[in-house]
Amino acid sequence: MKGKPGRAAAGSKGAKSAPGPRGTPEIPADRMMPAERRLEPPRWPGGRSAPPGSTFAVIGKRNRKVEGLAKVTGRAIYADDITLPRMLHGKLLRSIHAHARIKSIDASAALALPGVHAVITGKDLPEYYGIIPWTQDEQALCEEKARYVGDAIAAVAADSELIAEEALRLIRVEYEPLPAAMSIDESLAHPEYRINEKAREGNISKQVRLEFGDVGAALERSDAVVEGEYWYEGSTHAPIEPHCAVADFDATGFLTLISSTQVAHYLHRDLARVLGLPTQRIRVIQPVVGGAFGGKSEAFSLEFCAAKLSMVTGRPVKILYTREEVFYAHRGRHPMRLRYRTGIRRDGTLTGTDALIHIDGGAYSSFGLVTTYYSGQLLTAPYRMGAYRFDSTRVFTNKPCCGPKRGHGSVQPRFAFECQIDKLAEAIGMDPFEVRRRNTMDSNSRTVNDLRVTSNGFLECLAAAERASEWGRKFRRLPYGRGVGMAGSMYISGTNYCIYPNEMPQSAVQLKLDRSGRATVFCGASDIGQGSDSVLAYIVCEELGLTLGDVRVVAADTDLTPVDLGSYSSRETFMVGNACLDAARKLRNDIAGVLAGEWGCPPEAVTLAGGVACSMRDPQRHAMSVRDAFQLAESRLGTLGSVGWYQSPKLGGDYRGGTIGASPAYSFTAHVAEVECDPETGRVGVKKIWIAHDCGRALSPVAVEGQMEGSAYMGFAEALMEEQVFKPAAPGHGPGLHDGPSLLDYRIPTSLDTPDLESLIVESVDPEGPYGAKEAGEGPLHPSIPAIANAIYDALGIRCDRLPFYPPAVMRLLKAGEARSRWERARAQVAPAVGAAAGRPR
Amino acid sequence: MLTLPRFAFLQPASLDEALDHLAEHAAESLIVAGGTDAVPNLKHRLHEPRYVVHIGRLRELHFMRHETDGLHLGPLVTLSELTRDDRVGAEFPSLAKAAGLVAGPQLRNMGTLGGNLCLDTRCTYYNQTLFWRESLGFCLKKSGTLCHVVPAGKRCVAAHSSDVAPMLIALDAEVEIASPRPRGTRRRVSVDDFFVADGIHNNVLAPGEMVTGVFVPARSRGLASGYQKLRPRAAIDFPMLSVAFAARMGGASCESARLVVSAIAARPRVITGIDELARGRPLDDAAADAIAQAAWKQCHPLINVSYDADYRREMVLVMTRRAVREARVEA
Repeated sequence: MKGKPGRAAAGSKGAKSAPGPRGTPEIPADRMMPAERRLEPPRWPGGRSAPPGSTFAVIGKRNRKVEGLAKVTGRAIYADDITLPRMLHGKLLRSIHAHARIKSIDASAALALPGVHAVITGKDLPEYYGIIPWTQDEQALCEEKARYVGDAIAAVAADSELIAEEALRLIRVEYEPLPAAMSIDESLAHPEYRINEKAREGNISKQVRLEFGDVGAALERSDAVVEGEYWYEGSTHAPIEPHCAVADFDATGFLTLISSTQVAHYLHRDLARVLGLPTQRIRVIQPVVGGAFGGKSEAFSLEFCAAKLSMVTGRPVKILYTREEVFYAHRGRHPMRLRYRTGIRRDGTLTGTDALIHIDGGAYSSFGLVTTYYSGQLLTAPYRMGAYRFDSTRVFTNKPCCGPKRGHGSVQPRFAFECQIDKLAEAIGMDPFEVRRRNTMDSNSRTVNDLRVTSNGFLECLAAAERASEWGRKFRRLPYGRGVGMAGSMYISGTNYCIYPNEMPQSAVQLKLDRSGRATVFCGASDIGQGSDSVLAYIVCEELGLTLGDVRVVAADTDLTPVDLGSYSSRETFMVGNACLDAARKLRNDIAGVLAGEWGCPPEAVTLAGGVACSMRDPQRHAMSVRDAFQLAESRLGTLGSVGWYQSPKLGGDYRGGTIGASPAYSFTAHVAEVECDPETGRVGVKKIWIAHDCGRALSPVAVEGQMEGSAYMGFAEALMEEQVFKPAAPGHGPGLHDGPSLLDYRIPTSLDTPDLESLIVESVDPEGPYGAKEAGEGPLHPSIPAIANAIYDALGIRCDRLPFYPPAVMRLLKAGEARSRWERARAQVAPAVGAAAGRPR
Repeated sequence: MLTLPRFAFLQPASLDEALDHLAEHAAESLIVAGGTDAVPNLKHRLHEPRYVVHIGRLRELHFMRHETDGLHLGPLVTLSELTRDDRVGAEFPSLAKAAGLVAGPQLRNMGTLGGNLCLDTRCTYYNQTLFWRESLGFCLKKSGTLCHVVPAGKRCVAAHSSDVAPMLIALDAEVEIASPRPRGTRRRVSVDDFFVADGIHNNVLAPGEMVTGVFVPARSRGLASGYQKLRPRAAIDFPMLSVAFAARMGGASCESARLVVSAIAARPRVITGIDELARGRPLDDAAADAIAQAAWKQCHPLINVSYDADYRREMVLVMTRRAVREARVEA
């Protein structure tokens, strides 16, 4: 959105500088941040990482998730559980061609079918939208051109899903098929295809070239340089709940949209834009979401179409995607081709890295601008990189659009780079753990691309994973077919800017205390299963001495809750947590102040815990229930409520793109994977993954472990099995058909395939995180894939540089020759000597 | 959600009632027992019947009798029951194993022996939604004229994908078939002869006919046997390749042997020449290699199954060797 410097800004300036016409008092200077500075949160004694009292009562305990019982008893309400009176069902007609001009659409036969209420096409929703304001290149329904098999063309509302489906078959679309590009190379070779006409040049979606230091010279000065080409196959999120939206446009012209989304706020804005409604006439509600993993972090066709169909028919409309449609909606992991040259000195110092990356974006931009930056920007910790250069290009292809999947943009380069380090370690005869230790950057330092790193527990992660896995006993020592491998990584705890430029808080909380002894937290945060509702509840319990049953969380409802930007880039615990901490601490201090006055003790002596308020000076005499304390405070101070908000400090390097990748805190992870391979079939069995993760502070260790295990599992799944791929063209058909858009053919490992997962929580206690917490939802995915690849090398002597490591690929590598002798040479190498010198436990 | 098509749901109270209905409406009826295959196929519009005839509650088709002449199984015996039965496990361990490797526990609780035997053939170009198949251009198995696996082919090569069938063939089992006309007609064919090499309809059931029993002869009790299933995951997946082996041992040496390889073509392939190769020899590694080589020469996987065809051919060797070794361990 373009800023309007005219009237709005002038008006607000006037209000700030002078008393209003009726003598409105001026806002005190200490309440208002000067325009050149970002908002600064309050400072609390002991810092943000300290408990409100002397110890933590709730934080750090293995707390239950607040919504857990409703989920396991089937009482949780998901979008598709919602049925409104007179509700219609919508379905989307999708393109059968990978690339085709739409010459005409004739819906007359569909409209004539009994039970059909409306048909809309691209002409009804012509406005372009897109999550990144600079690359808005999507329409809810294609108007001129379809860009992949499955691109949405028209939408029907009918009495039932079945009638809607039957109506779709009666819509006649006249297509003019166009040549399609299905790969990075085809896309680059045929700029004239103009897959996405919003591209500035050919089929290029985004190109980023950045260099930090003199890479050429650094590589020259190296004792060993390893070159590698890697292929990361695309994969999709496959949340168990498909996308679903229910729209209700009422007689007053007010639109309510209930949707399975992880970004209610951005969806709110996009709805207004595309539907031409003012934002204050739209309410977006996110119900319980059955998983998202990044696959619901922007607006989708179904949300606009359900809304428009409701506006046209005057009745509520529900659209539920089929599993097949979820594969077409996609926004999953980008396929990437990554070429790396990395240098090392004999002492283990990394000297320089040169990266050339090509990214297959699919038909639209989505978050692609960010993806392209992330592919280079997020590689620069936990190691001191030496000099670093990356050249990343995202191209459009005639496939479903890729986007952010857990570990957005950085899982692929991390895979390649950690394999590079494994090869470099072998080249200089040093243990892979030792190489990483020697290059680990310090806490409170800056990366080569000028990211500010504060807390850093990576060395502790390395030590924990090494110890728990008995690395020294296993590495290069297990029999043929078995092996161990390791890898490290870092990830962001939220980004430091909103997706659309503004200076308002990134997260906010309103807290209401009731004289019944109950607290209600209102927050725009999006709980997609990761536990942000629970984090809010834990913090309120900790600050106000409540038990979990006495806190209610109202989240992600644009009518009821203050804005939070949503669940992406691992931002919720850090940002929402900080906002909530401030809101709750303010009330706590108010209540403690009232009680201190009542009891004649200093406010610091007042403790609120476990439903009881008391003075630590004389807890026998000076004690009451928290409810009584709330009532006392309400009688002294008036109605109890507070707000808290979070805005990150200004961060990032002083160069174009320098803020992309900047985060107020970084998490760190190290994995060891142990594999058992079958050299006859090529099957790789991952026996166990040890996951050591620095999450700052675990607000609830069981929730953190859940994220660590889930992440490691998802990485393992991508390493071995998952791939979003397409059938090649053949005499009978064109290209672009998804290989198998179902959970039978898109193979996700079952519980029987899943390795043992051991979580090792490392707590570096971040100075800016709520109680010291950082992210845990995405970081722990990254090292899974390279750790498994490196373990396969230890087991079989083959380098799996292409994903997935499925049996036919492993067999091809095994047959390529030399594998066995490479395996023997690697074992013969006396790598462990260096580690022993560093005093590694044996 | 994918919808079911419109159909009339019939639930006959007896086999005769079911057959009476089929006598009239065979061509427009789909027989459903557990529904684990039929329901997704209906949602994909692979079947568009006027009637869905649910036979899953017919008690007369749900029996398991261990008798002196052999094992008598009703078609409604679930795959779970077959997996868990102690005597089946003791006398026909590879049959119990094959049944236990179908899909996952919930699907085995619903899925039946008869349903698995009559499982529709599968193909990566066929087991897809209506939208997907329309984008493809319909194939000759359903609504089209072209084969996308063998572009010049005139015959459907969709893959037989039952796990129990290859093992039943190796065990020389038979199928009992009831015909609606004349009423009460029953016939028996060997499971081997039950299948035909036509992916569109890969068995001998005429319209309106039903499988009413499966019989495993007493002479197959205690055969040395093995079943190997190649699948990407440890559960859920249909076979990418399956190998069933059974041998009669006289002391240390083999008297007769049978090898069946499936999930490559429209019917299970009984590998020829195995008896001659194995007879009079111990089932040692050399024998296993020889048998595997014979199988490899006769098996040519296609791209009908969405998994690397060259790899599947290579695995014919490995899976066969393993099935023979498995038989040796059991024997």
